[in-house]
Amino acid sequence: MILILEQLLNGLQFGVMLFLLAAGLTLIFGIMGVINLAHGSLYMVGAYAGTYVATETGSFWLGLPAALGAAALTGFAIEALVVRRLYARDHLDQVLATFALILIFNQLIVLGFGRQPVFTALPSGFGGSVELLPGLPYPTYRLLIIATGLSVALGLYLLINRTRIGMLVRAGATNRDMVRALGVDIRLLYTVVFGLGALLAGLAGYMAGPISAVQVGMGEQILLATFVVVVVGGVGSIKGAFVAGIVLGVVDTMLRAFLPGLLRLVMAPSDADAIGLGVASMGIYLLMALVLLVRPKGLFAAGG
Amino acid sequence: MRLLVFALGFGFLLAVPFLTQSIGQPALLTLASRILIYAIAAASLNFILGYGGMVSFGHAAFFGIGAYTVGILFAHHSSAEPLFGLIPGSNQMLITLPAAVLVAGLFAGLIGALSLRTGGVQFIMITLAFAQMLFFFFVSLTPYGAEDGIIIRRTNELFGLNMRDKTVLYYVILAIALVFFLALWRVVNSSFGAVLKGMRQNERRMAAIGFAPYRYKLFAFVLAGMGAGLAGALMANFLRFASPDMMHWTKSGELMIMVILGGVGSFFGPIFGAAAFLILETFLAGWSEHWPLALGLILLVVVMGTKGGISGLFDRFGGRGK
Repeated sequence: MILILEQLLNGLQFGVMLFLLAAGLTLIFGIMGVINLAHGSLYMVGAYAGTYVATETGSFWLGLPAALGAAALTGFAIEALVVRRLYARDHLDQVLATFALILIFNQLIVLGFGRQPVFTALPSGFGGSVELLPGLPYPTYRLLIIATGLSVALGLYLLINRTRIGMLVRAGATNRDMVRALGVDIRLLYTVVFGLGALLAGLAGYMAGPISAVQVGMGEQILLATFVVVVVGGVGSIKGAFVAGIVLGVVDTMLRAFLPGLLRLVMAPSDADAIGLGVASMGIYLLMALVLLVRPKGLFAAGG
Repeated sequence: MRLLVFALGFGFLLAVPFLTQSIGQPALLTLASRILIYAIAAASLNFILGYGGMVSFGHAAFFGIGAYTVGILFAHHSSAEPLFGLIPGSNQMLITLPAAVLVAGLFAGLIGALSLRTGGVQFIMITLAFAQMLFFFFVSLTPYGAEDGIIIRRTNELFGLNMRDKTVLYYVILAIALVFFLALWRVVNSSFGAVLKGMRQNERRMAAIGFAPYRYKLFAFVLAGMGAGLAGALMANFLRFASPDMMHWTKSGELMIMVILGGVGSFFGPIFGAAAFLILETFLAGWSEHWPLALGLILLVVVMGTKGGISGLFDRFGGRGK
C-alpha cells in the first residue's frame, strides 16, 4: 500500500514534468500549427544552462533564472530564425527542419559540455525527505517539483482564462485566420507563445536535473512521451495537456514499477524483467493508440 | 533521351564493383550496397509521402520487421526448431525475402488501418507511436537477443551463389532493387497511382468523384510497408544482423531526410537522396565526430531554402523547372 502510494507520487511528479513540456508544445501546435521536435532541445538547453550556473555559483536558485533565460532566449532565436518561416509550410518540412535543429543542438552541447552526464546538486533545504504518512517518507525535492508543476498549471489557467493575452491565445487555438483577420498582431502573439513554451521547457529541464542525469539526448527521451501527452490531450488544449500529462505520468510510472514484479509470478525472473520493462515502455503509446481510435482528435481537442 | 539516361545510370550501377576495385577503394562497394538498400526503403516511404501525402513518421518499423523476419527465420533454421511449433526456419533467400515482405505488409495493414482513421499531426504521431511500440517490443524480446539484436551467422542462400562475396551480394541487391523500382514505376503510373496523387492534392474532391480515400490510402500504406520490409530483409542479409535500432524513431527520421534530400514525390529522388545522405554521413563521420552538426545545418538549408531536393535541382538545370 505504502509502495503504491509512493509510486503514485512519483507518477504525479513525472506527470507534472510532462505537463510543463506539453503545455508549451500544445500551444505551439494549436496556435501556430507547427510541429516543434526541437522542444526537447529547449528542455536540454535549460538543464545545461541552469546546471552550469548552479555549479559555478554553488546556488541552485541562481541556476533557475539562468535556465529560464537561456531556454527562453533560445526559443526566441529558434522562432525568429527557423520556425517563423515554417508556419505556411506543410508538416513534413516542419518535422525535418526541427529534426535538423535537434541534431545541431545536440552537437553544440557535446562541443560545449562533452558527452559525460553532469549532475545538478539538490537545492539546500530540499535534500531530505518528509514523512507524509507514517512509514511513507518522500523526498522533499520531488514534492517541490509537484508543487511547482501544479502552481504553473494554476498560473497558466489564470493566464489563459482571465487575461487579454490568454483570450487571444484561446482565440488563436480555435481559429487562427479569424484572429488575424480581426487585426491582432499574430506574429507578436506567436513569439510570445513560443517564448512561453520555451520557458516552461527550460523550467522542466532544470527541475529534472537533480533527479535524472543532465546529458545529451535527454530531450528526445522525454519529447516522445510529451508528444503522446499532447496528442492524447488534444492539440491546443492546456486542460488536455494537464489531464493527459498526469494520467500518462502515473500510468507509465506504475507500469514500470509493478509490471516486472507481476510478470515474475508467471515466468522466469530475467525474462519477466526484460518483457515487463518493454511492455511498460509500450504502455503510453498503446494508450495513445486506443484514445485516438475512439477520439481521433484527442480528449479535449480545441476547435478548428 | 530519357531511356538513354536510365541506361547510363544502370550501366554505372553495374560497373560500380569494377570502379571501386580499380580505384583501390573496395570499401566503397559496401557503401554502394547500403545506398541501394536505403534507396528501396526511402522510395517506399516516398510512395506514400510524396505521392500519397501521408507523412508517416514510423516507416523504419517495417524496415526493422523485414530485418527481424530474416533474423528469426535464420535462428529457427540453425536451431532446427519450428517457430511457434509449426513454422520451420529457413535460410533460403527465395523464402525469407517474400516472407519478410509479407510480414511487413501484414503489420502495415494493421498499423495503417488504425492510423489512417486520423490525419494531419495525429497521423504523424500515431505512426511514430506504433513504431516506438514495436521498437520497445523488440527491445524486450529476450529469445531473439533483446536490445543486442540477433546475429545472422551466414547470409541467406540463393541459387548456390557465393553470397559471402561482396560483389555477388552487390549484384543480388542491385537486381532486386531493379525489380523493385520497375514494379514501383508500374504502380506509380497506374490508375491507382493517379488516384493516390489526386488524394494528396484534394482528398475531398477525390471522394466526391467516387474514390473512397481510406481504402486507397490503406492499400498504398501496405505497399509502402512491404517495400520497407524488403529493404530491411536485404539489410539483415547484408549486415548479417538485425537489431531494434533499425526501427528507432531516428531511423524513420533518416528515411524522411533521404526522401526530402532527393526531392519529395519524384520517382528517382529517393535514390539520389539515399546516396547523398549516406555519402555525407560516411565522409562527414570520417572528418569529424561532430558530423551531425554539419548534417543538421545542411538539412536545415535544404528544407528551408530549396524546393524539390536533388532531383528538383536536376530538373532546373535540365530546363524542366516550373
